[in-house]
Amino acid sequence: MTAVPTTPATATAGAAAPGSAGGRRRLRGRYLAVLILAAWVLLSVVLKGRDTLALGGAELTPLHTRLNEGMDAIDAGRNSNPLFLYFINYIRLFLDESVTFVQALISQPSFGRPVPVVGWLGVTGVATAVALLYGNRKVAALTAAGFAAFGLLGLWEESMDTLALTLTAVVLSLAVGIPLGIWAGLSDRVNRVVTPVLDVMQTMPTFVYLAPLTLFFLIGPASATVATMVYATPPVIRITAHGIREIPVNTLEASTSLGSTPAQALRKVRLPLAKRTIIVGANQTIMAALSMATIAALIDAPGLGKTVLKALQTLDVGTAFNAGLAIVIMAIVLDRVTSAAGRRVEAERRAGRARGPRARRIEVGLVLAAAAVLVYLSHVYVWAAKFPGEARLGSYVKQGAGAASEWVQDTLVTYTDALKNLVTYGLLNPFQSLLAGSPWWLVALVVVALALLLAGRRAAIIAGVSLVLLVLLGLWHDSMVTLATTLVATLIVMVLGVVAGVWMGRSGRVDQVLRPVLDAGQTMPAFVYLVPILGLFGATRFTAIIAAVAFAAPVSIKLVAEAVRGVSPTAVEAATAGGSSTWQLISKVQLPMARAGITLAASQGLIYVLSMVVIGGLVGAGALGYDVVAGFSQYPLRGKGLAAGLAIVVLGIMLDRIMRAAAQRAAARPASQ
Amino acid sequence: MAVSRMAGLRVSALVAGAGLLLSACGGAKVGETTDAQASGGGQSGCGTFNLAVNPWVGYEANAAVIAHVAEKELGCKVVKKDLKEEVAWQGFGTGEVDAIVENWGHEDLKKKYIEEQKVAVELGETGNKGVIGWFVPPWMAEKYPDITDWKNLNKYADLFKTSESGGKGQLLDGDPSFVTNDEALVKNLKLDFKVVYAGSEAALITAFRQAEKQKTPLIGYFYDPQWFMSEVKLVKVNLPEWTEGCDADAAKVNCDYPVYDLDKIASKKFADSGSPAYELVKNFTWTNDDQNTVSKYISEDKMTAEQAAEKWVNDNPDKVKAWLPAAAG
Repeated sequence: MTAVPTTPATATAGAAAPGSAGGRRRLRGRYLAVLILAAWVLLSVVLKGRDTLALGGAELTPLHTRLNEGMDAIDAGRNSNPLFLYFINYIRLFLDESVTFVQALISQPSFGRPVPVVGWLGVTGVATAVALLYGNRKVAALTAAGFAAFGLLGLWEESMDTLALTLTAVVLSLAVGIPLGIWAGLSDRVNRVVTPVLDVMQTMPTFVYLAPLTLFFLIGPASATVATMVYATPPVIRITAHGIREIPVNTLEASTSLGSTPAQALRKVRLPLAKRTIIVGANQTIMAALSMATIAALIDAPGLGKTVLKALQTLDVGTAFNAGLAIVIMAIVLDRVTSAAGRRVEAERRAGRARGPRARRIEVGLVLAAAAVLVYLSHVYVWAAKFPGEARLGSYVKQGAGAASEWVQDTLVTYTDALKNLVTYGLLNPFQSLLAGSPWWLVALVVVALALLLAGRRAAIIAGVSLVLLVLLGLWHDSMVTLATTLVATLIVMVLGVVAGVWMGRSGRVDQVLRPVLDAGQTMPAFVYLVPILGLFGATRFTAIIAAVAFAAPVSIKLVAEAVRGVSPTAVEAATAGGSSTWQLISKVQLPMARAGITLAASQGLIYVLSMVVIGGLVGAGALGYDVVAGFSQYPLRGKGLAAGLAIVVLGIMLDRIMRAAAQRAAARPASQ
Repeated sequence: MAVSRMAGLRVSALVAGAGLLLSACGGAKVGETTDAQASGGGQSGCGTFNLAVNPWVGYEANAAVIAHVAEKELGCKVVKKDLKEEVAWQGFGTGEVDAIVENWGHEDLKKKYIEEQKVAVELGETGNKGVIGWFVPPWMAEKYPDITDWKNLNKYADLFKTSESGGKGQLLDGDPSFVTNDEALVKNLKLDFKVVYAGSEAALITAFRQAEKQKTPLIGYFYDPQWFMSEVKLVKVNLPEWTEGCDADAAKVNCDYPVYDLDKIASKKFADSGSPAYELVKNFTWTNDDQNTVSKYISEDKMTAEQAAEKWVNDNPDKVKAWLPAAAG
């Protein structure tokens, strides 16, 4: 999913302030915080098990029942509400037709032919041509190799189905998202309205709205497209708005003083300057859309996700991995091509017009002609339409991955079991009993007090409101269990993030080796590696933590590496010249100066961990994740599932706001002294 | 800059040239080789048959065999839709799903879609008997023979302690799609156990597989027919016998699960359409052994569902003949 700040505001929040000791006030704050924590531990022992508001697996509160009835009412009104129905129906038709059209072009037999209009050679040719024209030769080669790999893995048709759905969803997301992002960039009021909506869209688990979506958009491509768009549109809106905002004031003033109208300023100054950032937003939207491939398959979305889910039914890790690998390859190709396009836009803007228009025109013409020939061939000849060969590579991958998974499960299980027990008994269980075992009002008091102390009054109010909401949703106990697991996972993510991130930030070679691994961790669907990690750690909360870490750590590592690399070389040189050891250099110079980036890595890591709560519910984490899954699976539990989804959103927003305010405060304090 | 541009041009020209060359060599053309039988082997008049495929292998076996017969014998265009049960039932209302061919109970959904909305109808049993209950891996039943009686479970509770069960024995539950009374059962039978939710079938099967391999204790919710039973034959723990009405009040359940007669559901629209596929689904019935055979082809022999169905249909022509509508047979 999103690899770059989905909350760019944080990036500006903490302008690194290493400052000498932040004064007495800060020290006093620390003592107070420790005191509060100590009091909490003491009281929790005394009051253990009281007012924990636990709710059994199948128990419902009146609110849950009412939510269920509400959803039933919508269901019943579907056929009697013409306005609603016509509106939704037209959108559905449009979406269905769009996806089916792209499928007819590249993936499904169509127009009475046994094969799609354009075969493998044509698709590969066009994709390579696009990569060459908008990116560079290196990414063009990568694109050609990547598309060939789909065929060699034996997954050409499935890959094209996924590509068709992803591309349609992405195009529509950009069509909606870029204008909205520009608007939010120009108007503070719009931005304020849009931000919480985007927060909800990104943190609300897909499982919650997947089943209801099929009531409106029916089973098929339209529902899958909408589900994908809900998750994939926010990044481009946020990042576009950010890009429009960060344009230097004096550039704008210059254009205004030259007499341009706001519309002209937008077209001539803001948009060209923000173009590169907008492409970064598009890149993030593509990644987010692709990450929905597996989940959308739960409502019959065509493509690789189906292969993964089918394989999971028979615990066929090899086949699932093979399909997961195709998804990873697709993600890496799309990522590298859009990144190269972004860099090229930037370079051309800096250099004015880099190439003569005539030479460019000839190049475009030739490349397009070559692609057209390939498309024609693949339309007419069987060898270019259907991928030839036996897909040997695919069967090797399947066998290899299957055998590896089995070997790992058989040989490592004693050690991994010990590790699981160590972390669970040593850290997770005590922490959970503190959060979920104390009376709710005690926990709420402590959290609000800590928020007030570390993050200020506004954050404390948000925390208070959020905690009351959790109680009202009837899921306090489950929320606290989930919170404990989430915080432990985030802790592990940050340890990994700092260690690997510093290592990567300091050495280009390490970066080169680690980066593809991190990309794979981020884009490989969790469903692929659930079976091996279940074999190693059992159906436990720890397994859920491992899955969350596998997904969230890459983002944090990349962000920390970026921050360490961003530390000014002169500071590093000065320290080295002053005789600092490597360790001193890291701990005294690089880490403190990269503090803003590390804070960002922590907040992003947390959001990513939260987005894995539902996957955790599938592997034994229980609590909110399980509630959401159960709501998706059982009719009487729908209302509770929705409430659990809302609880996850509330947790996410609360933690995000507290962390951001705390980071801002920590950065601002030395200056205010 | 200039050099690289020239190189780019040359590459493009090369590719174009090579393409033209290849096209001259030619090869088989699309459309020339299309097989004639693809356009319809059986009678027309069936049209499109939308078959829901719920996400477990046993269901897939039913669906694959029905789809195979519908396509080959009745000339239907079968559209399989991979859906969870709840979403599949919703499809009756929206007209997107014609039939569900292995239904486990779901009284709540029957009430909503059959009685209240009247968009679905029952089509009788599949012939498969669904057994739900608590199971232990075979090594445990061998080592502790009396563990299969629920009265002895408390004696062994300590064995089943895990990091998740808070000092009690762990009873592992699986996919939330399945009906479970386990929390109430534990309470009403006064067992020193805690229900831990594995959350998915994959998690449950992996847990049992590892328990048998590593000889670690495990007790959990499971069911039959299930392909995993042919890999590891789990042993059922006997709870107090089920009697009519003993599970009427969900909070007071203190008996075993009933044996489920798995059944088929179709949309009202499909039932009224007169499609031969409807007759086929209605007539379809087979045994647990039949289903397990096809499931084994899929899960262990790694056949595709289509291959597995074809093999079984070829091996059992008589059974298939009995399902066909009178006109076609």
